[in-house]
Amino acid sequence: MKRTCAVAALACAMLLSGCATAPGKIYDPFEASNRAMFAINEPIMEYVAKPIAQFYVAVTPSFFRTAVSNYVNNIDDLFSIVNDALQGKWDKMGNDMGRVMINTGFGFGGLIDIASDAGIPRGMEDFGQTFGYWGIPQGPYLFIPLWGPTTVRDGTGSILRLVWSPTNEIPNVAVRNVVYGLVTVNEAPGAVDAMKLVDQASLDPYTFVRRSYLQRREYLVHDGKPPPEKDDQ
Amino acid sequence: MTRFTMNLLRGLLPIGLAFLATAAFAQEAPDVLVKRVAGEVLTIIKSDPKVQAGDQQRIREVVESKLLPYFDFERITALAMGRNWRQANAEQQKQLVDQFRALLVRTYSGALAQYRDQQMDYKPLRSDANATEVTVRTEVIRSGQAPVQIDYAMEKTPSGWKVYDVIVGGVSLVTNYRDEFNEQIKNGGVDNLIKTLQAKNSK
Repeated sequence: MKRTCAVAALACAMLLSGCATAPGKIYDPFEASNRAMFAINEPIMEYVAKPIAQFYVAVTPSFFRTAVSNYVNNIDDLFSIVNDALQGKWDKMGNDMGRVMINTGFGFGGLIDIASDAGIPRGMEDFGQTFGYWGIPQGPYLFIPLWGPTTVRDGTGSILRLVWSPTNEIPNVAVRNVVYGLVTVNEAPGAVDAMKLVDQASLDPYTFVRRSYLQRREYLVHDGKPPPEKDDQ
Repeated sequence: MTRFTMNLLRGLLPIGLAFLATAAFAQEAPDVLVKRVAGEVLTIIKSDPKVQAGDQQRIREVVESKLLPYFDFERITALAMGRNWRQANAEQQKQLVDQFRALLVRTYSGALAQYRDQQMDYKPLRSDANATEVTVRTEVIRSGQAPVQIDYAMEKTPSGWKVYDVIVGGVSLVTNYRDEFNEQIKNGGVDNLIKTLQAKNSK
């Protein structure tokens, strides 16, 4: 079932991305509905995410929150190994394999990030970047409430990441659900802070978030060296 | 070429290099400048009790006096305007620069107020000595979080090196605002953009 989902999502992404424009250009054919979703997101952030974030920060010590993000990062590193391989980035793959082994083995299943302290950098590759590396364009931009900005290509990558996450394999249902919950709530404080900054900086938060997201992803696909944009001055 | 001239040249070469180095030193190198200014601002933020207490007025003063002199707001605004810059008349251009500067100062001061213990790392500058445009790369390290790359695109001006774009984790400030500005101009011309900026700043 999960595998069918993933394959179907991938096929959809390829199809939809196929009719996109050149990279660097913004392709937002669903702008009207995206803007509606963005508008829905704002009160959700203000009246749901923000109180939850404040409560969560108040009741948990910071080492606990760090442990939760280390857990998520460790799984990201695991997926990074796969994506390093899919892009033939062997140096990064070596680093990520070392990281996952060290952090899973000696860091209580990834709760402590010993590898970063040892100076092993994260590869930070994901499926969306691999698709980009293969030349698949972003496809339509999407804004999803509580999830945030994405595109058909990157969103497909995120679905693969969720479907194949080792968290799904935790045998005890109660434990698994607690982990799902923590991992989600742990994102809230950062997201709330980010939205605050966007509101302060932008004339139109929607375009601001869209351009930031697309720039950031382009930067990651090119490992921090994106080709210069051909913009008029 | 005789051996004598070769040796003479070899002997003179270091002198020539030393001369060039002195000429370059007349102006503070861009990476040295970024390091010095960032260091000064961080010291104030860590030690000033008013800043620590979140006094927005004081934080803005620090930004205005310590950071602003090293930013070329005219160029930043012109770049963010793109092809619309030439559409604006001198008066509009002046207003745009003023309003945009105010917006950036406000935003940056707000971000600084949330300052937690952070550490800055400076990457070696890779550019040749005659370059008139360079990118100074830095990294902000926060405990327990992924490091953030902050790059400063800088140009050489008669009054020293000035920043004309800040790129945070691959997100260029100028590029981001170009979309925003375009949208406002499309919906009502340059005056609409000025009006929107003013409204935003007076909130």
